Amino acid sequence: MPLAATQTSVPVVVDNDKCIADKGCTVCVDVCPLDVLRISEMTGKAYMAYDECWYCMPCACDCPTGAVTVNIPYLLK
Amino acid sequence: MKRSGAISMGMDGLNNAVIPGHATPEQYTKEITIANDGIVNQAAVLKYAQRCYGIIEELDRFGIRFAKTENGDFAVKKVHHLGSYVLPMPNGDTVKKALYRQLRRARLLISNRYMATRLLTGADGRIAGAIAVNTRSAEFLVIRAKTVILCMGAAGRLGLPASGYLFGTYENAANSGDGYAMAYHAGAALANLECFQINPLIKDYNGPACAYVAGPFGAYTANNEGARFIECDYWSGQMMLEFFNELKSGKGPVFLKLNHLHEDTIAEIESILHKVERPSRGEFHAGRGTDYRRDMIEMHISEIGFCSGHSASGVFVDEFARTTVPGLYAAGDMASVPHNYMLGAFTNGAIAGEDAAEQAYGLDFAEIDPVDIARERERVLAPTRREDGIPPNQIEYKTRRLVNDYLQPPKVRRKYELAQARFAEIRDDLENRMLARNAHELLRALEAASILDCADMAAFASLYRQESRWGLYHLRTDYPAKDEANWFCHTLLSKRDGRMTGEKRAVDPYIVPVADDEKALYGKQRLRASA
Ligand SMILES: Cc1cc2nc3c(=O)[nH]c(=O)nc-3n(C[C@H](O)[C@H](O)[C@H](O)COP(=O)(O)OP(=O)(O)OC[C@H]3O[C@@H](n4cnc5c(N)ncnc54)[C@H](O)[C@@H]3O)c2cc1C
Ligand code: SF4
Ligand code: SF4
Repeated sequence: MPLAATQTSVPVVVDNDKCIADKGCTVCVDVCPLDVLRISEMTGKAYMAYDECWYCMPCACDCPTGAVTVNIPYLLK
Repeated sequence: MKRSGAISMGMDGLNNAVIPGHATPEQYTKEITIANDGIVNQAAVLKYAQRCYGIIEELDRFGIRFAKTENGDFAVKKVHHLGSYVLPMPNGDTVKKALYRQLRRARLLISNRYMATRLLTGADGRIAGAIAVNTRSAEFLVIRAKTVILCMGAAGRLGLPASGYLFGTYENAANSGDGYAMAYHAGAALANLECFQINPLIKDYNGPACAYVAGPFGAYTANNEGARFIECDYWSGQMMLEFFNELKSGKGPVFLKLNHLHEDTIAEIESILHKVERPSRGEFHAGRGTDYRRDMIEMHISEIGFCSGHSASGVFVDEFARTTVPGLYAAGDMASVPHNYMLGAFTNGAIAGEDAAEQAYGLDFAEIDPVDIARERERVLAPTRREDGIPPNQIEYKTRRLVNDYLQPPKVRRKYELAQARFAEIRDDLENRMLARNAHELLRALEAASILDCADMAAFASLYRQESRWGLYHLRTDYPAKDEANWFCHTLLSKRDGRMTGEKRAVDPYIVPVADDEKALYGKQRLRASA
């Protein structure tokens, strides 16, 4: 069966103005137990690559600049 | 590793601390025996109870503080039916960090982002090592070992949360039951898997409400009239059955009630619940306009899982954390020591580590058969070799949706048989048509395989035990009564000649006797007035 790209709204938002991934930071990507954050090759900033979040918050807690906001995933909020 | 597992954001307290002066190991062993309808390996529970205080002292040295009274005594709270074992940790948010610091200090080799997929055994049946796959690069790794400890947590992605969100689970959603599947395929016995984990949780949020924290301050579980209906908020199968009955009676939903408490008390509870463990609780409540001062917190019955931390199932272990495979150990939420929570994971982990190190000392590596490695490489990488197929999230969703449809108690034989037929169809898709386009999807694909294995084990074990036991956890409609004459035993599930088999194993004679009039104490959960 062929595949389709289905859109999904993801719970984690990164403030690009605060994110310092371009200076080498990968803290949120490293601490996420579900491994769903990545650094974008296009923007050089962190972003949520997969909608597979336990809304547990280490990413927000450990980010050195307070760039990460964890919202409750839409399906359960 | 830094933020992995159920305690990634810390824990508010120890749920099962056996502290001299407050409880004895024997009292605790007796209570856990009663709470589990008698089916326990007391030697393992007693060993935990004797060792856990030493671990508390060690945590203290690591900088974890425990609640004390004005005269310096531990401020232990009563949440269980009989004894007092709950000990708050005022700086519980730091527990994971403190443990991680110790790992760094000991200069342990930590390899992040490798997912273990299978165990390897030698020709003599002894453990020989494990296979792992890198979840960023799909690198395939063979690890030789003289002894192996499984500590991969609960099977938390078994049922589908009512929200439909695959990762909106009670358990840390990284725990997909790989440990259970690996133990099964290595030939280890798994005990009492029909004793499901089902928890009373905040509806939709699917995290603890949390009566263990709020209960000692005066909060309680209430029906839609705001009335109490259970004696004790400690999570047991019998308590869950009363919860289920209340919902069925038309007096649902069930709530956690704290709006009768003093403002200062509520503020203190909030400062714990919105900071530690599942700190996004606060945002969830804010989003719905729920204020503890005014509103009760709506709760529901969770989807099913496997977890000895809260129930009594798991990879069968003795009091040294040894499984039935020589050289293979299991500890924490996936091993069969019941109700052992976080301190159980720490204590039994220590017991496993000590014995595994001692045993490994005089041993040589067992021989690994290259055929086993080739077979696993083929299984692991198959989804990456297809051009077209079914993505892992759809395989997982369908498995877990069917788990809800057919396996959620009360357990009906015909539904279970239908589940087994549907799971076999999914297995065919999983083995022949599942597609992974990158290493991350491969991680999810391998998890989907473990989830399906666990679903099959949950169905098989539930059909095998032909009685009802553990309240809602194993409530069969065709065998509604407890049958002590035929089923006062462990059930062991294992893989023999490639097939799932069941057998009975006698409960070892008790070390701590339980009097006849004490045996039913956990059966009396319903408050007299509301019965
Ligand atoms: C929301 C919540 C609240 C709780 N509250 C309390 C409390 O207040 N007090 C208390 O005492 N207990 C509490 N518990 C229980 C306690 O947290 C657990 O019993 C304990 O953490 C179990 O430890 P564990 O090491 O067995 O599992 P976990 O801590 O879950 O660790 C398992 C680890 O295995 C990893 N893993 C899984 N599969 C693989 C694989 N294939 N390869 C490699 N790694 C893998 C996971 O990523 C994870 O890091 C709570 C649990 C939850 C979920
Ligand atoms: S909330 Fe947890 S699961 Fe979600 S992105 Fe952050 S660390 Fe990862
Ligand atoms: S931790 Fe913060 S600063 Fe670092 S990469 Fe993530 S969002 Fe950017």
